[in-house]
Amino acid sequence: MNPKTFFAMLHRDAHVARRNFVPLLLQTLFQPMLLVFVFGRVMTSSGLIRPEYKSMLLPGIIALAMLLSGVWSVAMPLVSEFQFTKEIEDRLLAPMEIEWVAIEKVVSGMLQAIAAGAVVIPTAWLVMGKGVDLSFGTPLQFLLLTILVACLAASVGLVLGTSVGQTQIGLMFSLVIAPMIFFGCAYYPWSSLATFPILQKVVLVNPIVYASEGFRSTLVPRFPHLPKEWIFLALVVFDVLFLSFGLRQFRRKAVL
Amino acid sequence: MAIGIRAEDLRKTYTSPPPTAAAGRGFGVRLGARRGPKQKFEVKALDGLSLEVSPGEIFGLLGPNGAGKSTTVGVLTTRIRPTGGRAWIGPHDVWQESVAVKRLIGVVPQRPNLDFALTAREVLTFHGAYFGVPAPERARRAQDLLERFQLSDRADQLLLGFSGGMLQRLSIARALMHQPQVLFLDEPSAGLDPQTRLLLWELIRRDNERGTTILLTTHNMEEADALCSRVAIVDHGRLIALGTPQELKSSIPGGYLVRLQLAAAPAELVAVFQKLPGVTEVRTAGNGALDLYADRGGALVPEIARLSDEAGVEIRDVRISEPSLENLFLHHTGRSLRD
Repeated sequence: MNPKTFFAMLHRDAHVARRNFVPLLLQTLFQPMLLVFVFGRVMTSSGLIRPEYKSMLLPGIIALAMLLSGVWSVAMPLVSEFQFTKEIEDRLLAPMEIEWVAIEKVVSGMLQAIAAGAVVIPTAWLVMGKGVDLSFGTPLQFLLLTILVACLAASVGLVLGTSVGQTQIGLMFSLVIAPMIFFGCAYYPWSSLATFPILQKVVLVNPIVYASEGFRSTLVPRFPHLPKEWIFLALVVFDVLFLSFGLRQFRRKAVL
Repeated sequence: MAIGIRAEDLRKTYTSPPPTAAAGRGFGVRLGARRGPKQKFEVKALDGLSLEVSPGEIFGLLGPNGAGKSTTVGVLTTRIRPTGGRAWIGPHDVWQESVAVKRLIGVVPQRPNLDFALTAREVLTFHGAYFGVPAPERARRAQDLLERFQLSDRADQLLLGFSGGMLQRLSIARALMHQPQVLFLDEPSAGLDPQTRLLLWELIRRDNERGTTILLTTHNMEEADALCSRVAIVDHGRLIALGTPQELKSSIPGGYLVRLQLAAAPAELVAVFQKLPGVTEVRTAGNGALDLYADRGGALVPEIARLSDEAGVEIRDVRISEPSLENLFLHHTGRSLRD
């Protein structure tokens, strides 16, 4: 580990992210906001969905926005930098162990995921209008959860970015990420799957479930959610799993 | 204090496609496309290569495509894990102390791998930052290099519209940002126009005068001849010949090479040629092609023409080349550098 090199690389990522700020913001926030508007505003105002749904939906949207931006911000640059142009070599040849280059990517992805979360809360709140009722009664749990979810997002991005080729990445998103989002309990609480007992068990392998249920457990604890211990344990396990697999893949891809 | 490079018995066998210029192209979705029984991919890129580059020297690795030049550079620059053998940059083992090695070396890859998210100036300043160069010093060095490499008018533009030559110059400038003690240049002048090539040679020489040890790979004879104090000829991952360009050239039998293309090359005619005064060696290359190594060039042609005429064999082409590394390569490997 070489702090000067590490922070110079973080600085580089921040610099590039700042340059692409608007497209990056639109890319990660536009879709969730459309969803928030349709489900949280149109459907609730027309009476098709009860107004309490707003508070139920918001934690799920935070989880989704963080995951999407974290995964994208790590996976997409990695895929292109490892491909053909080999832009990553520049950093692989910097005086630092190769694993730290990967960790830098993860930290930079975490920061972008947290930034996305920080933007999504007030924006979604504004879009949904009156009737959103969040409680910030457990700030430490909220903070820890944010970090774990950000780390999950960036680690999944590391795994995808080092395992999937440029041509497959779009396919990956529609075949793997999209179903994970829809079965990630972001739009409904896990308990509402009770009428589909098999599905309810199966979705437990989906890490997004713990992210959405986690935010629900700290922001709207009055609604049903998975036990907190499970949530934190599952997130830690998924973080370790994806991060260590991602680091291994990175090394295999980086050193020929 | 300049430092040297040492490699002992380097071996590398790829089990997946090696990072040649051709790799990385034509990737596609392979979903469901069963490739039949799994084919074993194995390419021996380095086959016991040893070499020693003295401190402060410009050393050339010369060989055709696929000879193992890029793999050698990859191993020496920590980017490729050798299957066997060891290598050192100065006192540091490349594999055990890779961070210390990376601090000492600058690398110019075969194809520019510049950071396309940045402007030319940022490419340099961020590279300096990775190596811990303080901010004011980075800015000064970047400006200086941009001027020396004639890039200052595009310094603050993103790299997207840069020409191949500009990208190549920027790659070299980037490698010099942290003032490395050893500079690796993998085919630095490939794809450059003659003018830029001369500028590049000048820059390489100037950097070398400051005490930088330089290892460059090339398949351009002229380049090796013009720049290198010593040249190693490699093919199939093995060292074939080593010495100063002069030494190597004078080691070719006869020195001159007369390449003949005849309608046919009957054995009697070959035997007659062999006996010509000054001819040291005659090799048949099939289809009526003959290579004559001799101590004279043009002076042989009238006799060759007369003898062929007497034998009733038509001469289709005659080429005379003076002593050169290219002939040396041909002599040692039986194939031309461009093959």
